Amino acid sequence: MIEDEPARRRGLWTATVHVVTGLPVALLGVALLLPPLVVVPVSAGPLRGVLARRTAAQRQRFAALLNVAIPEVGGAAALRRQAAFHLLAVPFGAAAFAVVVGSASTGLGLLFAAGQRPVFAVSGVGLLVVAAVAVRWLVRLDALLARRLLGPNATEALNARLRELTRARTEAVAAADGERRRIERDLHDGTQQRLVSLAMTLGLLRTEVPDGPARDLVEQAHRQAKATLAELRDFVRGLHPAVLNDRGLDAALSGLVAGAPQPVQLRVDVARRCPPVIEAIAYFVVSEALTNVARHARAERVEVAVVRDADRLRLTVIDDGVGGAADRPGGGLRGLAQRVGSVDGALRIESPTGGPTLVEVELPCGS
Amino acid sequence: MRVVIAEDSVLLRAGLTQVLASRGIEVVAAVADPDALLHAVERLQPDLALVDVRMPPTFTDEGVRAAGLLKRRRPETAVLLLSQYVEERYAADLLVAYTGGLGYLLKDRVADVDEFVEAVRRVAAGGTALDPEVVAQLLARRRTSPMRRLTPRETEVLAAMAEGRSNSAIASALAIGAHSVEKHVNSIFAKLGLVPADTDHRRVLAVLHYLENGGRA
Repeated sequence: MIEDEPARRRGLWTATVHVVTGLPVALLGVALLLPPLVVVPVSAGPLRGVLARRTAAQRQRFAALLNVAIPEVGGAAALRRQAAFHLLAVPFGAAAFAVVVGSASTGLGLLFAAGQRPVFAVSGVGLLVVAAVAVRWLVRLDALLARRLLGPNATEALNARLRELTRARTEAVAAADGERRRIERDLHDGTQQRLVSLAMTLGLLRTEVPDGPARDLVEQAHRQAKATLAELRDFVRGLHPAVLNDRGLDAALSGLVAGAPQPVQLRVDVARRCPPVIEAIAYFVVSEALTNVARHARAERVEVAVVRDADRLRLTVIDDGVGGAADRPGGGLRGLAQRVGSVDGALRIESPTGGPTLVEVELPCGS
Repeated sequence: MRVVIAEDSVLLRAGLTQVLASRGIEVVAAVADPDALLHAVERLQPDLALVDVRMPPTFTDEGVRAAGLLKRRRPETAVLLLSQYVEERYAADLLVAYTGGLGYLLKDRVADVDEFVEAVRRVAAGGTALDPEVVAQLLARRRTSPMRRLTPRETEVLAAMAEGRSNSAIASALAIGAHSVEKHVNSIFAKLGLVPADTDHRRVLAVLHYLENGGRA
């Protein structure tokens, strides 16, 4: 944690106000904390409520007067530390008050009474300087105490950071998923429709043009339009098939499996559906695994199984190909590992040279 | 023949109307959503409804649902579904319930105008037209049961039957004689345990067998 110097960044006067108001604020805190301590057991709700409000008040005071930000924190250990701070604030506030107000008022008194006595004047100025220096050091000490006791300790700060990162990652994964759906929708509603329309027009034209070179060119254009359409369809379906939202993994995967060049035996046993993001990743895993098999494995047959076991979704893709599959940078299995990892899934690849290859993925499927 | 088109893309509504009109098929209404489709069919009583699968409001399977409703309300209306991708699950859902006057094709097929119009006429006449891609998907799921005993050639013949082709059409598609198609068809009936009766009925049963296995393997 960065130790800034609050009293320098804020003026001496606000720092002095902070030190001087420390005692009344602390006394008020203890006064409010006492009733629930005495009347009801320590762990009860009212005490927690008062503690939380006192901590919030102190946090605001430090932010307003010293520009010191104290992160919020929950949990039993943090509450005990905060209670300790509120109790400690009384003697600390009293001592600080005594030192600063005592030295400053004595110093001022000496200055007023100085007259022709330079010793008094010098002592008065000296005491005022002492008061100012004391304010600086007391404010630093107070800020240090507040950060340690009111704020999170190292473990709590790390845990909070972890929660924050987990949330950010979940959002990023959902955003990427949403983006793929949006692209699929856009291509479906725009480019694909236009291409179909173009192919239709060429199809009509083909039957109108008499035999000859022009007819050959139209035929060629017609074939090209249809080939482009087929290629685009494969790509778009790979992004995010609409049937996945609508009917789930079983329906989406059977369409996928049908497009594989080698026979695929598919078994899907998912009684309750998983969250959409998990379904999308499961679909992607099978899609990538089948692409890999088609490209590299020279397999005769493939078995795909998707089984939900409580709150885990288990996917296995087994092929009887040549084996030797590995997670290489830029390879298909790397992309697969990344997407599985993005939701805390686990990936296992067993692929001895000579085969068979087993790709096993486990995804969290709590809903 | 009178046709109602339901398709949310303006471009494709115009294109389909043009294609059908070029072959003398009258388009009596072209609408953009399932409700308008049901309404138009009630009012105009067309021979066939040409229905896009993805329509408002959710853009998933509205067309499939509308087709089911339409078949229940007015079974004599033929329905030909069109889609950018074909999903065997949709086909299986519909074909298990309704066999006649039903088709499911990729939109790409419209580009082959004469074949497409032939499929439209076949479906309107109470036949079926399944996209080869649907058939491939159904085959991919069919790895159990009596289906397994079919030879690859018999499987091809059955697939062609599921697409809605007649024996002579199958013969020319597979480049084999009409006689051997008949032999294959009879062998399929025997292997699937379909007793001799009305041939058309057995044909439908064979296709159903095939679809049930494919859709729910």
